[in-house]
Amino acid sequence: MIEWFTMATWSPYIVGAGIGVLIWFTFLLSDRPLGCSTAYAKTAGMVETGISHEKAESMPYYQKFTPAVDWQWILVIGIIIGAFISAYLSGTFSVLVVPPLFAETFGGDAVFRGVIALFGGILMGIGARWAGGCTSGHGISGALQLSLASWVAACCFFIGGILVAGMIYGFSFI
Amino acid sequence: MTFDALRSNKNAQIVLGLFFGIIFGFLLQKSGVTEYGVILGQLLLTDFTVVKVMLSAIIVGMIGVYAMKAAGLVNLHYKVGSIGATIIGGLIFGAGFAILGYCPGTVAGAVGSGAVDALIGMIGIVIGAGVFARLYPRLNRTILNRGVFPAETIPELIGVRPMIVVAGVAVLIVGVLYLLNFAGL
Repeated sequence: MIEWFTMATWSPYIVGAGIGVLIWFTFLLSDRPLGCSTAYAKTAGMVETGISHEKAESMPYYQKFTPAVDWQWILVIGIIIGAFISAYLSGTFSVLVVPPLFAETFGGDAVFRGVIALFGGILMGIGARWAGGCTSGHGISGALQLSLASWVAACCFFIGGILVAGMIYGFSFI
Repeated sequence: MTFDALRSNKNAQIVLGLFFGIIFGFLLQKSGVTEYGVILGQLLLTDFTVVKVMLSAIIVGMIGVYAMKAAGLVNLHYKVGSIGATIIGGLIFGAGFAILGYCPGTVAGAVGSGAVDALIGMIGIVIGAGVFARLYPRLNRTILNRGVFPAETIPELIGVRPMIVVAGVAVLIVGVLYLLNFAGL
C-alpha cells in the first residue's frame, strides 16, 4: 500500500477516475463543481482592494466574485500542498526554473523563461475569465455535467493550444 | 437536503476546500500533468496523458454526479455560453496554455513540485484575471453576450433525455480511450 504513495507516476486512468470521484464529493459536500480559475480573480480582487478599497468595491466583476479567502481560493493553495506531498513522497521534488523541453529549444536563460511564463500566464488569466472557466472548471467539471458551453470551451482550449504550440515547436509529424 | 447545514457552514467549507485541493494536487502530480513537457506533449499531439486524465475524470464524474442528481442528492451548476465569451475566451486561454505550458490548476501543482516558472505563471494569471476584471464592464456591453448558445446543456440542445446522453458520452469516451491505446499513443 505504502509503495503506491511513493511511486513517481500513476496511470492516467487511475488519476482521472480519482478526480472523478473527488468531484462527486465536491458536489455532495460543498455543492460546487471543481474549478481553479475563480481563485485567481479573487486574488486579483484582493490586490485591487489593497490598492484602493473603494475602487475594488465599485468594480462589477468583484461584486460577482467577492475577493475573499473561501472554498475556491483555498482549493488552489491545497493543490500546491498536495502536489508537494506527492513529489516529496516519490522523491521527485526538485527546484527547476527552465523546463527541459523549453531549454532544448530556447536555451537555459531563466529570465527569458520567466518573461515567457509571465506573458503566457497573463493571456491565460484573461482567457479563463473571458470563457468563464479553465481546464478543470469547464474541461472536467462542466463537461461531466454535459454543459454545452463547457464542451465548446474545452475544444477551443485545445484548438488554440495546439495551434500555438505548433507555432512554437513545430509538429513532429509534419 | 441532508447536506444543507454542511454546505452553508463557511468554516467547514474552507477546511473542505483545502482538503479537496490537497487531494486534487496529489492526483495531478502523480499523473505527471504538472510537468511543462507533458502539457506541451499533449498540445504537440505526442503525449496523450492530459486527454486520458480528463476523459477518465469526465466518465467517472459524469456517471456519479448524474446518479446523485437522479437521487436528489446534488444540484448541477452550469451557465449558458456564447460565441463572444466561450469561443473567443477559449482561444485566448488556449494560446496562454501553450505559452505558459500549465493551466490554472496544474500550475499550482507544478509550484508544489518545485517549478519556479510556474510560480511566475501564477502571478501572470492573477494579473490577467485583474486585467479582465477591469475590462469586464466594457466587454460585457460589447462582446460577451454576442451569439448566445441556444441551450445550456447537450441533452437540451439535441432534445434527448440526460441519462441517454450520459450513456452515449460514456460509450464515446471508452471508444476514444480504446483508440488512443490501439494507436499506441
